Amino acid sequence: MSFECCEVTKTYRTRNGSVRALDKTSFSVGRREFVCIVGPSGCGKTTLLKIIAGLVNPTSGEIVYNGGGTNGRLRNAMVFQEHGLFPWMTVLDNVAFGLEMQGVRRRERRERAAAFVEQIGLGPFADAYPHSLSVGMRQRVGILRAFAADPQMLLMDEPLGSVDAQAKRVLQTELLRIWEQHQKLVIYVTHDIEEAVLLGDRVLVMSARPGRILEEIPIPLSRPRQLGKERPEIAEIKWHIWTMLEDGVRQSLSVSP
Amino acid sequence: MNGAIRLIPRRGERYASVLIAAGILAVWEALARAGLVSTLFFPAPSTILASIGALLRSGDLPVQVAATLGRLALGFALGSVPALALGLAMGWSRRLNAALDPLVASAHPVPKIAIFPLVMILFGIGETSRVVLIALAAFFPVLINTASSVRQISPIHFEVAANYGASRFKTFTRVLFPGSLPMILTGLRLGINIALLITIALEMVLPNRGLGTMVWRAWETMRPEQIYASLVVIAVLGVGFNLTLRLLERRLVPWQSGREA
Repeated sequence: MSFECCEVTKTYRTRNGSVRALDKTSFSVGRREFVCIVGPSGCGKTTLLKIIAGLVNPTSGEIVYNGGGTNGRLRNAMVFQEHGLFPWMTVLDNVAFGLEMQGVRRRERRERAAAFVEQIGLGPFADAYPHSLSVGMRQRVGILRAFAADPQMLLMDEPLGSVDAQAKRVLQTELLRIWEQHQKLVIYVTHDIEEAVLLGDRVLVMSARPGRILEEIPIPLSRPRQLGKERPEIAEIKWHIWTMLEDGVRQSLSVSP
Repeated sequence: MNGAIRLIPRRGERYASVLIAAGILAVWEALARAGLVSTLFFPAPSTILASIGALLRSGDLPVQVAATLGRLALGFALGSVPALALGLAMGWSRRLNAALDPLVASAHPVPKIAIFPLVMILFGIGETSRVVLIALAAFFPVLINTASSVRQISPIHFEVAANYGASRFKTFTRVLFPGSLPMILTGLRLGINIALLITIALEMVLPNRGLGTMVWRAWETMRPEQIYASLVVIAVLGVGFNLTLRLLERRLVPWQSGREA
């Protein structure tokens, strides 16, 4: 299970002409790989993710999947930035949603979802509705829902973007732990360089709009990872990524150096 | 909750409103008994209560209440059920919405009581016309709220459903319907209030039975205590409907409790 993104271009038509969101983006992802994509805001990261998911069609180029199902795609589960949970479902029903859509019987899917919920200590909140949870807890549930659906790949769109810095560190550790257990292919979009380096096997750096891949950077850290320990070569990589991104970020903010 | 805007009144605040109401009634009673206000216009609350008691015992009031409730229920059901179905369809289908929305928007603001003569030409002078008009009155608020309730569901919920491979049926039962339920219930509440208003008005315009007719006859025969008595019963009905629907809301929409006023 792997896929290749071949010269994917996406142009949106708007009232004021057309906007190119992605420009000939190419990269490949191997099985069980954890790939992070960083880029300045508005660089088409989310668009790219939706194209990989099959929710949006590219204007040109294609995604070639290996080991896909009947529709040729890999079965994927997305984790959305925010508000991805259904407010009208309890935590347990949200986590079981993917299984429900696959036609898994009620009793079995609830048992399987409960195991996930218990595993990270959310058991007491199984019957709670999302509005009573903190932002961090909601995002944990969103991540669990994706894993519980047992997809062939996970697509995450800044899942921890709205979580405060300290909680973020805890949730990153938790995410890595679940991932180690299930070993899925993950595409993780973020604007947080630190996060990309901590989580990924590889980091793809994207340019400002129209987005393309500027560089692919392998992260030389062993697994399982211990987050929080700073190593000099990692600081070097973060600095390198920042120098690549800086111009794009300034451009998106329209400030001169 | 300190510092936040409170939508639910504190216990103390609720007592305050009860006290104010009791105070007004007490002053009214005292003024009426002392002869300081004309009991022809303001019969004492105790007199009104006695009148309600007498009307209950004579069996007159139950008959009138049953008549009002009967045509209200029938009209409301005939109006709101198709409105729900059409509203969901309009929310679901952009094309259907584009086709029907201008019609709805221009028909909705017309005060329904104004088209009663037309309804009578079409359906005759009788119960059918009353029920048709009540149904029409309930139809529009339910339709408009239902249609917009679907459109206010965040697109992300449909994306999640699509991402997990939800069928059209599942998208309807697990996303569209629960997502629009809060506003649908609001629409039903608006609908029943307008339906009650129209029912009472019709019972005055074309009287035979019902609480509206009762008010009108009491006015014609100059029995103010009976006017007030019927008004109290109508108010109780109105409050009752709203409370019932609020309770229903709390039962059916538990994920919003705490946010609701």
